[in-house]
Amino acid sequence: MKRQGIAEALREGIAEEMRRDPTVFCIGEDIAVPGGWGGAFTVTLGLENEFPTRMINTPIAELGFFGVSVGAAITGMRPIADVQYADFLFLASDQIINNAAKLRYMSGGQIAVPMVMRAPVGATGRGSQHAQNMERFFTGVPGLKVVAPSNAYDAKGLLKAAVRDDNPVMIFEHKLLYGSKGARAEPGAVDATSDIPEDDFIVPLDKAVVRREGGDVTIIAWLLMAHFSMQAAEKLAADGMSAEVIDARTLSPFDWPTLTASARKTGRVVIVEEGSKSGGVGAEIAAGLAERCPGVRIERVASPDIPVPFTPILENAYRPDAARIAEAARRLVAGS
Amino acid sequence: MSDGNKADFLLGLLERMIEIREFEEGVRFLFLEGAMPGTIHQCQGQEATAVGVCAALAEGDFITSTFRGHGHALAKGLTMQEMLDELFGAETGCCRGKGGSMHMGSMAKGMVPGIAIVGGGIPLAAGMALSLKMQGKNDVVACFFGDGAVAEGAFHEGVNMAAIWNLPVIFVCENNLYGASTRVDLVMKNPRISDRAAAYGFAGETVDGNDVLAVYEATRRAAASCRAGEGPVLLELLTYRRTGHSRRDPCHYQPKSERADWAARDPIERFASVLEADGLIDAAGVEAMRTGVIARFEAAVERARVAPQPTLADLETEVFAPEAAA
Repeated sequence: MKRQGIAEALREGIAEEMRRDPTVFCIGEDIAVPGGWGGAFTVTLGLENEFPTRMINTPIAELGFFGVSVGAAITGMRPIADVQYADFLFLASDQIINNAAKLRYMSGGQIAVPMVMRAPVGATGRGSQHAQNMERFFTGVPGLKVVAPSNAYDAKGLLKAAVRDDNPVMIFEHKLLYGSKGARAEPGAVDATSDIPEDDFIVPLDKAVVRREGGDVTIIAWLLMAHFSMQAAEKLAADGMSAEVIDARTLSPFDWPTLTASARKTGRVVIVEEGSKSGGVGAEIAAGLAERCPGVRIERVASPDIPVPFTPILENAYRPDAARIAEAARRLVAGS
Repeated sequence: MSDGNKADFLLGLLERMIEIREFEEGVRFLFLEGAMPGTIHQCQGQEATAVGVCAALAEGDFITSTFRGHGHALAKGLTMQEMLDELFGAETGCCRGKGGSMHMGSMAKGMVPGIAIVGGGIPLAAGMALSLKMQGKNDVVACFFGDGAVAEGAFHEGVNMAAIWNLPVIFVCENNLYGASTRVDLVMKNPRISDRAAAYGFAGETVDGNDVLAVYEATRRAAASCRAGEGPVLLELLTYRRTGHSRRDPCHYQPKSERADWAARDPIERFASVLEADGLIDAAGVEAMRTGVIARFEAAVERARVAPQPTLADLETEVFAPEAAA
């Protein structure tokens, strides 16, 4: 057992999978550059020393190298493609949605696309175009799996499961959870370290996890919001309210059995999302719970329907925090 | 190649082109008759590009195609039957009725189902070539696209990556002078597409795309260069689409004189007269070839009309691959 942050855990997970399977390779911008960064957030730092022929540094061409990844995946390789910022996925979307996600179906099952995509999200002082929570645009795309780990154990386990899966899997990572040190450290970073076992393990691509048990209200969140929801649960406990916190962890598919079991137990659900509210992932969870759990009462906590602002005072007001989550929970409990 | 083998090879090229022409004409009739669902993008007049390129490829080589892929599929060895079944939406089609006209393909035969987003197959082909190279294989990928795709960012990004990594891709641009209804000179300042290769640091060549042997020879050279590790090649094949862009396009934007000029350069008639001049076949032989193709086509249509359709149980299958063994 050792204590690791998300960046280190992902790096180790990638290396283990590359050792296990010679068809696994990394492709992306600013990777494997001697003296370079190891990707925008150091995740692949140094892997070129062990795998000199399987770390493919690309031009700045997201559409192109996601297409290259799909082509490699359908002919016997297992690429791990990463973008510096998830916002850049818009450029690559044609290859992700029209090719990676559809080729199996439209070929009548002839093709598998075993491809992993990694994309950092989250509002972190970079203004509007390096900040979006992109989960909403990829959740619910038929043929695509989407996960969003909040700690190092899940990040490593989900990555390893994604590499071994024969389908395209998008992993959203949060910039405030990498726990990276030195030059890449982020103001406002949250501790997402975990105890990582020495033995091989995976985390299934379709299972949520109950982080804290409670009976009065359910809080569903993922990525950074899972941490803020735990903080909110502490505040609520101080007021004598018992909140159950679920880290949704997988967004396509959702783990409906876990989500609905808690919703039925408490009858009250707060869904927390860092992205803006309208048309967000939370709307899909709310609708799914309403269909499956008649009578359940739901509040959504999300960012307002605006681009991500730059200045810290506005950015902090934009992003949901523990106080807003706790307030929504109190409203639900008081209303019944 | 012995003389006998060479004659068989040349007659085979002719027969394959006739097969594509008659397939397309027959399918067009079936669409007008309302027998088939969906839409079609046909390639009458472009038979020499598909046949010339695919004849120069080896077992194990791949092609990628576009929404106008019927000719590529037949040239790569898909059968009229599996394609007609697909067009009729049958469960026995090459993509089990889930692909249709624009997504014809068979991985077993080396053809990725058609990528119907313009330019979308270009980075894909580069990735396939990267994969083959990383696996130590000596296979090449021929990537078909039209003149319209050259304006896409995907062309620039895919071609550039193939160049910097010396990937074994033959970029095959079928320049038929029109992207849908828009003539090439309205959308490019330099309409000589092969010139673009130089900007990426590799060889480009413009070839008479209605001369099947010229296409074959150019592709053979390109494939040899790819297999020698010299990186990609761009072939611009000049050709002409005799039909509309898709099923309901009457093609009024093609000037009559231009259509007549290209009709005089029909790839099938031209190659037939070359073979006739060489004494390999006579007019009656060509006609017999055509009659044979039509008979096979019609028999395949009759089977396709009654081929089993998918059931509702197939609606939600084949979205995800089964779990890989961990």
